[in-house]
Amino acid sequence: MNLYSIRAIYIFEMSRTFRTLLQSVIAPIISTSLYFVVFGSAIGSRIQAIDNVDYGSFIVPGLIMLTVLVQSTSNAAFGIYFPKFIGTIYEPLTAPISYFEIVIGYVGAATTKSFSIGLIILLTSNLFVDVTIAHPVWMFLFLLMTCVSFSLFGFIIGVWAKNFEQLSLVTSLMITPLVFLGGSFYSISMLPEIWQKISLFNPIFYLVSGFRWSFYETADVAVHVSFIAVLAFSLLNLSLIGLIFKTGYKIKS
Amino acid sequence: MDHVISIKNLNKTFANGVMALKNVSLDVNSGEILALLGPNGAGKTTLISIACGLTYASSGQVFIAGYDIRKDYKAARRLVGLVPQEIALERYENVLDTVHFSRGLFGLPPDNALVEKTLRLLSLWDKRESSLRALSGGMKRRVLIAKALVHEPTIIFLDEPSAGVDVELRKEMWDVIKGLRDQGATVVLTTHYIEEAEELADRIAIIDKGAISLIEQKDQLIKQMGGKKIHIDLTEPCSSIPANLQKYDTHVTRDKKSLVYVCDTKYREKEIGLFLNDLHKTNLNIRDITTKEKTLEEIFMSIIEERKP
Repeated sequence: MNLYSIRAIYIFEMSRTFRTLLQSVIAPIISTSLYFVVFGSAIGSRIQAIDNVDYGSFIVPGLIMLTVLVQSTSNAAFGIYFPKFIGTIYEPLTAPISYFEIVIGYVGAATTKSFSIGLIILLTSNLFVDVTIAHPVWMFLFLLMTCVSFSLFGFIIGVWAKNFEQLSLVTSLMITPLVFLGGSFYSISMLPEIWQKISLFNPIFYLVSGFRWSFYETADVAVHVSFIAVLAFSLLNLSLIGLIFKTGYKIKS
Repeated sequence: MDHVISIKNLNKTFANGVMALKNVSLDVNSGEILALLGPNGAGKTTLISIACGLTYASSGQVFIAGYDIRKDYKAARRLVGLVPQEIALERYENVLDTVHFSRGLFGLPPDNALVEKTLRLLSLWDKRESSLRALSGGMKRRVLIAKALVHEPTIIFLDEPSAGVDVELRKEMWDVIKGLRDQGATVVLTTHYIEEAEELADRIAIIDKGAISLIEQKDQLIKQMGGKKIHIDLTEPCSSIPANLQKYDTHVTRDKKSLVYVCDTKYREKEIGLFLNDLHKTNLNIRDITTKEKTLEEIFMSIIEERKP
């Protein structure tokens, strides 16, 4: 394993975060705080508890997921798209590093950023509502797995995207709607039966459900199903990335 | 001869059907500067891109110091430094960080002394803290060279190293490139500037329409394909070539005030004397005679012209 190469990519990507601290960290914290103010305090106080959990507390895992999924995807996508856009991609492609090491560098940095933001939001949410974590190890594991799998997904998006518009379209037209429809702000048992069945096709539903279970021991599906879902999504993304590098899709001509 | 780069039967056809390389074979000797000359779209950059791992070949093989660039890519790439044609840099980084990044990318531990030495070599040390966006085009190109050198490659590919660089800086770069060769590095450069190839190259490879037309030692090439131009200024205009000079490669200039005789190297020894004898026998009044060797550019143009359909 070429640790110096991985370290170089990782430090380079992390330093971009520190250069753009306002956009990378402060902005998601502010927008999530606004969700707590509106849904948690203003509207949430008028909504009855779900599975004996106050509505304000109930939405914490979903809000963390919303931010983490968007951040993982967009950070990793931007991380690989930008070198393609400005031409500096020639450096990792001509360096003596394997594709796997390149992915560890980029995805590792995107995972670190989104994982950190997820933890910051968890701490911030404590300022607005009572948050209890029934299974902290599972909570960390779910958060980490989600960050990794969606950073891998973001890497694929970054390779695929032809322009900045396509880059942002995936998060705004795909990730955000799926998170909203994946039970972030409600339990799917509150939906009509047909929509409950449709929700089962939304992969993000499993992540939110499992993550919420680690907090409140309440879930829409069994926790092992959620864990298998996130694991399968990671493996699918890894396989696609392997294929991208093998064929040189949109990276090599 | 020790071949540090060996290219065998390389073909490249892009997805749009353009055949960029056609059965290219080329050996580069250790410690030499090889200039790849060719018009735009000839395949120079494609050839370098394949050797460096940026582009896949459709068929054929490339060996770097005996390592197959596909099978032993790590060992091969460790030896290679690439200076790309386009200036591709992260605008918001500073010089020092970007050079350290390049060294790290090659799997090497940080080496502040070497980074300093490299930046000093390229007159960039004073700019080490400068943001890359604040640098001039010439300085950015030097940063690209520093990034390519900081892992101490023994083979350096320079793709149009002096494109868009002013004359003074170009000469500085030439000194750097010669210095690399003197230290034992092998340099492959593509260039549009024939003057650059003439100044730097030990050998010249001419590539046109994806095929290598010619590979030759520069001096040998000039000797074989060069020649001498004898420019005869006349006191009286001359409308046609005198009969006894018509057997030579001669023409009258447009203003009819001069006669130009072009003598190929291979005929030079016997022909110049005969020509001067015959010239003496004409009734032309000569004001002055000047001579000039054919330049590499003229040789290059004549090769490209010969191959036009």
